[in-house]
Amino acid sequence: MVVTTPTFDLVVPERRADVRDDAPLEHPRIVAREFSVFYGRTEAVVKVTMNFPHGLVTAVIGPSGCGKSTLLRAINRMNDLIPGCRTGGELIFDGQDIYKPNVDVAALRQRIGMVFQKPNPFPKSVFDNVAYGPRILGIQERGSLRDIVERSLSRAALWEEVKDRLGDNALGLSGGQQQRLCIARALAVDPDVLLMDEPTSALDPRSTARIEDLIGELRGQYTIVIVTHNMQQAARVSDFTAFLYEGLLIEFDVTGKLFTNPGQKQTEDYITGRFG
Amino acid sequence: MRRSTRKLIDRSFSGLGVMSIVLMAAALLVILAPIFVRGLGAIFFRGTVEFRRMQLEQFERGSRAAVEEETAAAAAARAPVYRMLAEFEEELSAMAAEERRQYAGQLREVRELVTELLGPAPGTPAPVLPRDQYGQTRWDRARFKLDLLLQRTEYDYSDAARMGREVRVDRARDFAGTRLEPLFDYLRAHAREMLRPRLTAYLRFLTDAPLDSHFFGGIWPAILGTLYLTLGAMLFALPMGVISAVYLVEYAGQGRLISLLRTCVSTLAGVPSIVFALFGLAFFIHSLHVTPGKSIIAGSMTLAALILPTIIRASEEAIRAVPETYKEAALSLGAGKWRAVITVILPASLPGILTGTVISMGRAAGETAPIIFTAAVSVGKAVELFQARFWEALAQPTPALPWNIYNLATEHEAVDEIRHVQFGMVFVLVLLVLLLNAAAIALRARVARRLRG
Repeated sequence: MVVTTPTFDLVVPERRADVRDDAPLEHPRIVAREFSVFYGRTEAVVKVTMNFPHGLVTAVIGPSGCGKSTLLRAINRMNDLIPGCRTGGELIFDGQDIYKPNVDVAALRQRIGMVFQKPNPFPKSVFDNVAYGPRILGIQERGSLRDIVERSLSRAALWEEVKDRLGDNALGLSGGQQQRLCIARALAVDPDVLLMDEPTSALDPRSTARIEDLIGELRGQYTIVIVTHNMQQAARVSDFTAFLYEGLLIEFDVTGKLFTNPGQKQTEDYITGRFG
Repeated sequence: MRRSTRKLIDRSFSGLGVMSIVLMAAALLVILAPIFVRGLGAIFFRGTVEFRRMQLEQFERGSRAAVEEETAAAAAARAPVYRMLAEFEEELSAMAAEERRQYAGQLREVRELVTELLGPAPGTPAPVLPRDQYGQTRWDRARFKLDLLLQRTEYDYSDAARMGREVRVDRARDFAGTRLEPLFDYLRAHAREMLRPRLTAYLRFLTDAPLDSHFFGGIWPAILGTLYLTLGAMLFALPMGVISAVYLVEYAGQGRLISLLRTCVSTLAGVPSIVFALFGLAFFIHSLHVTPGKSIIAGSMTLAALILPTIIRASEEAIRAVPETYKEAALSLGAGKWRAVITVILPASLPGILTGTVISMGRAAGETAPIIFTAAVSVGKAVELFQARFWEALAQPTPALPWNIYNLATEHEAVDEIRHVQFGMVFVLVLLVLLLNAAAIALRARVARRLRG
């Protein structure tokens, strides 16, 4: 494929009125302090220091391999699954470093939900998928499970489409529906934070638009961190944007400002399509 | 490479593939067809009046009146045989001593063969063993005996440079000129009246207990024993195998000890079954004293040890094939690792685990060596599992199809007399394995369909 330098026409929406520049400082939900992630001897995330503001959407952008997914997965310790992965610095959630040895990882993950790149519903019924998390929490009663399932599916804007087929296998849903089901599943345990790892990269444009609308609706109720390859998407859905390059945090700012008036040369090069 | 060459290679390759599949099918047919035909011969055959008499007397089956009437008719047809024998005896006592000696041996042979064919002569005391109380119960065996009676085998050593040549000699010629000479023509002509063969479906072959070490009766205890041993082996091996596989895939690291362990598992899968047999005897019976001697429990454990490596291997592969994303999803919802394994990974890998189970179940059902020392006896009662003392039932030894087949083929005192039982056992064993496999495959298909949605 031949890549010509594109004339990048980025549509940046009006800045949301309720977002103040100092939101990350005033209301941080997650704080990274000189936070690093190592795979063996390679440092995938290098001493990142940033705040994720409470109740707002933070986008993390950057070229492939810049460490943005690694950073995201570090927030709910999904990196623990990878052998040879270790961290440095601090990652503070609710005033506690989540990499302290006494942290209950399962409880942490219940408060920090995650949506993955490829829709990954379990090969179970729609109902059982959403009820999976609540059941882990010990909710067995059919009535309360039903309420939770309905509420979660409604919040994920899927209830109307699946309310008559809750018993069907979730793998029978379309890709976009599956991804919204995964969001509903994550919401069912009532988390504080929702991590999204390129949630629309496997979806068609229509489904992508639905997910983006959904993120807009969830904004304010949850602290959302979204990793995306798509700069348009970052510009559309987020309040703040972090630009990562080779594991380093190059720039972190209000989305509108970062895309229209970046403070760093590298950021400008990236968003205008000169590399990445 | 030229396009035409490529095409030719492609075509010849698929040709080879089709050919090998056809060859496999043909081989299967060549193996299975005789087993089915001859195995069914144990159930469907032409039974003689002796068979019906035996069924009446030993199993109390059939109508007494009809059998008695038939026996009487047969006895009438047999009467000339015994008359001729008696007349010849009389003639014999009048002969010169040397002549008498010459005939005596041959007469004894004829008498023995007549007894084998028709049962004990009227008026003689009833023998102890059921096998001696009746003549030939199957028409095919009767015809074979009749042949022996009509002709004897001699070896012609006239050419000293070569091996003796087999020659069949009419016994009628041996007795030429005596009053026994017409006996042989009479036997030839009236065999049907004397034995009255009739097409018989002995379906209870499957559910009868054997009588007089498999001379009569069926193979139910062996069928039951095979089922117990197979299911018992699965009961031990499946949970252990799956748990080991989960450990190896999800929990064990990449250390040297673990890789040694993996190698051991692979090696164990190739160890000859007789080694497992001795291991079972030494470990389960002599060291652990699971039971004082052979038992269903000990046999099941030994078979379980035999199939464990296969189940571990298959389960490992199945668990490895579950997409990592399922596990990630479960963990991201706050599930512990154990919970993710139980609720997501095992259900998703169930079809693969079942496949391994099917293969090893067939193996367990058919293995002979491991149960020789640990479970099998050649003659025994059907083990009633659902009785008051469950444990005691399990602590008994049991007959089992593979072992009984081997036993009947090699060690039985009258191998040739009861070939049909042996074939019946082989047939049932093959059928049993096929049925077990079919059931497991159906189960697997159901599970897979449920997973696919």
